[in-house]
Amino acid sequence: MDSFQDTVFKLKHYWADRGAIIQEPHDLEVGAGTMAPETFLRVLGPKPYKVAYVQPSRRPADGRYGENPNRLYKHQQLQVILKPTPDDVLEQYLGSLEAIGIDLRKHDIKFEEDNWEAPTLGAWGIGWQVMLDGLEITQFTYFQQCGGIDLDLVPAEITYGLERIVAFLQNVNSVYDIEWAPGFKYSDVRLADEQQFSVYNFEMADVDMLWKEFELHEKECQRLLDLFRAKKGDYVRFPVLPAYDQALKCSNIFNLLDSRGAISVTERVGVIGRVRKLAVGVASAWAKQQAPPAEEKVVA
Amino acid sequence: MPNFLLEIGVEEIPDWMIEPALADLHKRFAEAFVAFGGSSITTDATPRRLVLQARDLIGQAPDVEAVVQGPYLSAGQKAAEGFAKKQNTTIDKLAKITDAKGERYVSHQLVKGQAAAHALAEKLPEIIKNITFPKTMYWTGKGGVKFIRPIRWIVALLDDQIIPFEIAGVKSGNLTRGHRILGSKAPIFVTIDTYVAALRANFVIVSADERKARIEKALVNGVEKDEDLLKTLVYLTEFPTPFRGSFDKSYLELPKEILSTVMRHHQRYFSVMQPDGSLAPEFVAVTNTDSDPEGLIRQGNERVLRARFNDARFFWQVDQQKKLSDRVADLEKVTFQAKLGSYKAKTERVRTLAQEIAKALGADQKTVDRAALLAKTDLTTDMVKEFTELQGAVGGLYAKAQGESDGVSTAIYDHYQPVSMEAAIPRTLEGQVVSLADKLDTLRECFRVDMIPTGSKDPFALRRSAQGIVKILFDAKLPLDLKEYVAETPALQPFMQERIETYLKDSRGYAYDEVNAVMAAGFTTLPDLAERVEAIHSVRPTDNFEPLAASFKRIKNILKQAQLAKANPPKPELLAAGPEQDLYQAFLKVRAATQAAAVYREKLAQIASLRPHVDLFFDKILVNDPDPAIRENRLALLHSLLTEFSTIADFSEIVTQGEAK
Repeated sequence: MDSFQDTVFKLKHYWADRGAIIQEPHDLEVGAGTMAPETFLRVLGPKPYKVAYVQPSRRPADGRYGENPNRLYKHQQLQVILKPTPDDVLEQYLGSLEAIGIDLRKHDIKFEEDNWEAPTLGAWGIGWQVMLDGLEITQFTYFQQCGGIDLDLVPAEITYGLERIVAFLQNVNSVYDIEWAPGFKYSDVRLADEQQFSVYNFEMADVDMLWKEFELHEKECQRLLDLFRAKKGDYVRFPVLPAYDQALKCSNIFNLLDSRGAISVTERVGVIGRVRKLAVGVASAWAKQQAPPAEEKVVA
Repeated sequence: MPNFLLEIGVEEIPDWMIEPALADLHKRFAEAFVAFGGSSITTDATPRRLVLQARDLIGQAPDVEAVVQGPYLSAGQKAAEGFAKKQNTTIDKLAKITDAKGERYVSHQLVKGQAAAHALAEKLPEIIKNITFPKTMYWTGKGGVKFIRPIRWIVALLDDQIIPFEIAGVKSGNLTRGHRILGSKAPIFVTIDTYVAALRANFVIVSADERKARIEKALVNGVEKDEDLLKTLVYLTEFPTPFRGSFDKSYLELPKEILSTVMRHHQRYFSVMQPDGSLAPEFVAVTNTDSDPEGLIRQGNERVLRARFNDARFFWQVDQQKKLSDRVADLEKVTFQAKLGSYKAKTERVRTLAQEIAKALGADQKTVDRAALLAKTDLTTDMVKEFTELQGAVGGLYAKAQGESDGVSTAIYDHYQPVSMEAAIPRTLEGQVVSLADKLDTLRECFRVDMIPTGSKDPFALRRSAQGIVKILFDAKLPLDLKEYVAETPALQPFMQERIETYLKDSRGYAYDEVNAVMAAGFTTLPDLAERVEAIHSVRPTDNFEPLAASFKRIKNILKQAQLAKANPPKPELLAAGPEQDLYQAFLKVRAATQAAAVYREKLAQIASLRPHVDLFFDKILVNDPDPAIRENRLALLHSLLTEFSTIADFSEIVTQGEAK
């Protein structure tokens, strides 16, 4: 039986063999692998890209104090971006399941409609949830728009829910019983995380501090975006990537405030709009940085 | 007579879009190739292919003679020569015709009929690209072809000949693909004759009917009927194989609603019932494969279901730690609608409204108020956050478990009902009141901030809310004066009126003119309206009714021409003996009789008995008497007739046989 980390290794190898860069996770709190710049920014523009990485994904409101066998505040996604999408992408994907030891002839695979939309990112795509013997194991999306921009090359995003897949492979009923490495269970590695962050996110996070922090990061991001907009030429060294990190901070703080019950109904739409404005601003700056208008071409 | 086969190979199409797409493809094909006849066009599909077959096409469309209009003779020799040259002929061979502007040249050209093969190659790409889907995507890059999912192969054969064309870089050919897992990994060569068999050998059953039959074989011995789920599964599979699984009996302690929802909506399983009507610890699932030799698929599905049920049980337990009554304040954090604030605010409004309605209808006010207070609190529970379709039901179940009265829990349980025109209305008067108040509030508030449905856009499902109100009032015969509740929202009045008309026509089956007639007479309560339209409907076939309706129309026109909107009662002393006096006497008698009659049918029968008197009046009497006083008095008589007897229905709206198209 493969351990959790064995399965991760195999998936990474599989996609590395198909030309993907194996990246490490983005080192900030994000809600999904999609939000890491390796996806959110790289899907923009005309440059082909292939990348795979595990992204620990934090969703404060989904925390259950480590008491629910299937729900986690932080879960691990294996994210694959293939840009542009190869014609045989679904065959390649099915091959990855074989690679981690799923004999497809003995199982039942279905692709069920599931379109994806992230209003805070101005992003959406068309796709499926992939069902294996009735279990959703993967979200497959053809990205159509990101940061409010129509994509030049349509990337395929494959997001494996690692805990679910490995619990399936190891035939355990609770994610906490997954063997992460020989001698170490998932609970040994992550249970304290779930308990403590659930308490913090739901009960103890300092709301005033979070609002202040939100505003500081928002201001910083906006300041950079304004500077970028005022710029003529020489885009290459401009800190668009740091601006995006500021937007990600805001997004995570928003989630925290939300799980803390600190955002009223009337505020909510407004705050989502503020995060979206930053994300969309960064996306358009990045797109411009990647492909500056002809008359503004910079010296390489 | 050649046969034609088209297979559009696509990545998995959402099941619910497939049948409409086939209908659209069928229509577009039939329209585009009408010149090629054909004995039959049939379509079929699996999730990965849309298939169209046309039999016995004409290989070559017949030639058609076309007349090409040329220049007028007056335009001179040069123009004529140019035209002739363009038509590949000489002036002397051109014909001449004369039209309104003079004599002109025309050229008779034989337009060669297209070969079927040529026409297909030319038109198919557009037909395919234009198939309508609710949502499409592009995949080859910005500006590329849009379709429901990427097109990966195309088979297009006219007998054994490939019809060549290309869409999004995919060239048509004679190669198809089998089942993703069980079929050949290499493309499969097919001819029109081998197509179905070749796919079957590769574990694809092209016929949806056949796949359905394969699934239905397992839907016996207590399996709950579910046509929608069946259809979904037919279009989610290429080679469906059902199996029966089971779950631990201990889960049966959870309410049936929750277990069935988990099975149906989340796992697409059929529920199984015991002979006594309770749920059996079993389910039927449908796989997209041929067998489950090691039982892995069944075990996998059972494990997923167990986890889902554990979730549900966990949610139930956690949710009980905070009673619904302690969750009212939490509704502050649940958005009803961005512009309209929280569910807390909505709850307060609904409570007030529900009290008014409860008073008007004589419902138990305490029960209604308690139910209205708690109705939305289940939105804060983990159970509803996970299984949103169970809103209401979960509230009702929790209320019961937490010791609320049966009246309260049932009202909460039912208050989203009816969710469609076919669905049942809330079972109790109190449930009906809460449902009415909830829906009325939604409508009033949305209309107040101009969120009014237009065309097909109705994001808040306001039509459904309005239909729900109408259905409850009609079906439960509630004497509520709806107008009082929509008075402050002018745009809502015609909106509700439309729903009422639709309900009477579509759900009750009344003719449109019967509905128009009663609506034109106005209404206070819907049960009264229902009685009136039923009375009209039942009296209509009697001898006197339609002729009388025609007479009323005539009266209305006469009064309209005379511009008489108001009138005093007729003066009996001015009425001439004979038909005029006779009509007046009949009027008095019928008026008294209708006032005395207990039901509308009787009243209408009385009114219909006026017919011979009215007929005789029009036969013998000239309304436009030279003496203005007499004329006025006759108009007054007609006016009395019209106003007195138009309160049940405006008979002039009835389309009589003479008028019918």
